Amino acid sequence: MKILISIFRELAGLFIDDGLFALALSVVVVLAAIVAAIAPAVPIAAGVVLLVGCLGVLLGNVTKLYSR
Amino acid sequence: MTIAWTSVAPAVSAAFLSSLVEAVEALTIVLSVATVRGWRPAGLGALAGMVSLALIVLTLGPLLDHIPLHALQLVIGVLLLLFGMRWLRKAILRAAGIIPLHDEALAFATGTAALREQERHHGARLDWLAGLASYKAIVLEGLEVVFVVIAVGAGRGLLVPASIGALAACVLVAAVGFAVHRPLARVPENALKFTVGVMLSSFGVFWTGEGLGVPWPGEDLAILGFAALFLIVAVAALRLMRSPAQQAIS
Repeated sequence: MKILISIFRELAGLFIDDGLFALALSVVVVLAAIVAAIAPAVPIAAGVVLLVGCLGVLLGNVTKLYSR
Repeated sequence: MTIAWTSVAPAVSAAFLSSLVEAVEALTIVLSVATVRGWRPAGLGALAGMVSLALIVLTLGPLLDHIPLHALQLVIGVLLLLFGMRWLRKAILRAAGIIPLHDEALAFATGTAALREQERHHGARLDWLAGLASYKAIVLEGLEVVFVVIAVGAGRGLLVPASIGALAACVLVAAVGFAVHRPLARVPENALKFTVGVMLSSFGVFWTGEGLGVPWPGEDLAILGFAALFLIVAVAALRLMRSPAQQAIS
């Protein structure tokens, strides 16, 4: 059982390392999904939100850690 | 049916490079076990791990065909984003000296020391524990390989090329590891993680967008454009973060 729990923990760790970073990425995906839903006539808008959001989250996260 | 190289090349290279990293990490643990308790528990544990992985793939693989394409793209895309950007973030932080670089020689020494410590406490049971350590390493690192192969290959008929890329990396690492009998500490792990992080993040944005119904300009070629953008941002972040002393060294 302990082995299973540790495997499950390590599996979750594959996707979530820094909780805030993972949360910020999830927020970007949700925002892109909202844009896709409310602006179906401009589907590329959701793509722009997704791409710019992910790049922004990455840059923000690493530079924030650096400035600490 | 012909598949464009613009689809195949990124998928195969992402699978190959990420598998290279995972295989090197798994090899270090298996070598630790072999050093302390011999090849029998290390080999049996590794073999059991590979059988478990094959069973997981054979069980879950056919289920993928029953998931609607857009849902599959969205789920895989989001997971790829989390996975790839985690690698990229870590590689940037390591390259900037904010967190220490992964050191295979140190991992080998730590793993060997931990097994020797267990040897003092568990005595006869250690073969079992050592085999389990080997098994766990193969399953955990192997699951990452399986995930990457499915993520970059599913939905586009690229599972076979991606699997071949991953398998080639595993065979290469196993062959070199078997020949030199020591951890492959010279593999530029962080540079590989940086590259794979860029590639998987690009796939992640692409698949997530496809899942949301975004018509990417240039279709598959968009992945290369995303990779270029991720690379530019990652390198820019690195330059911002590197201290003047480190820049002088490099």
